[in-house]
Amino acid sequence: MDVRLQTEPFEPGALLAGFAADRRETGAVVSFTGLMRAEGGRAEALELEAYPGFTEAEIARAVTAAIDRFDLQDVLVVHRYGALTPSEAIVFVAAAAAHRRAAFEAADHLMDYLKSRAPFWKRSRGPDGDRWIEPTAQDYADAARWDAPAIKEPPKETP
Amino acid sequence: MTRVLMFGMLGDVAGWRERALTDVPPTLSALRDRLAAENPRLAEVLARPGVHAVVDKIMVRGDVALSPGCEIAFLAPMSGG
Repeated sequence: MDVRLQTEPFEPGALLAGFAADRRETGAVVSFTGLMRAEGGRAEALELEAYPGFTEAEIARAVTAAIDRFDLQDVLVVHRYGALTPSEAIVFVAAAAAHRRAAFEAADHLMDYLKSRAPFWKRSRGPDGDRWIEPTAQDYADAARWDAPAIKEPPKETP
Repeated sequence: MTRVLMFGMLGDVAGWRERALTDVPPTLSALRDRLAAENPRLAEVLARPGVHAVVDKIMVRGDVALSPGCEIAFLAPMSGG
């Protein structure tokens, strides 16, 4: 597991190539890259505040839980903070597992966590001034999908 | 040196994001009282649901003792990345 918080830009392709290299027992690597949208000109820049030391530790806790839940072999999370401009990559998540379903689900799950519950504070700078951005109702609903206990098999019918 | 940090919109309400304290209140609630006395609006937002306190990078619930040299952070509701 590797969780990185950084102000410097990153190159998603290089991260994926490095993460996927030399894995003899891995059957699936799923990666996700989140980019900053321009919102049709309404967002000129994004200021992402983090609490270095605390933010990585909290993300690492969520990653540890995901490794256990989805039986993952490895996870890489790279998250930027500081000033960002449209088209820049903000977040990269990659999950490695023996089989594809676990890797897909883990990447989806970790992104839902990162988008709504990770310790970041987001402020957009636009022509109308600065405003703090909170997770959308959809972000909360996406994250809540993972809170219900996973159903492993259909309930048995009573005779 | 004891530091107090404010994250997200809490920093805007406080008017500062980091402050060094020379005299450390004995408890987190005493620190809250001191901050409230100088800025009632900050007291109101610090009491909102979703606002968390962190001492030495560990989230705390309720009141805890503070020691000289510790770092206290107040976190606005987290917005995710």
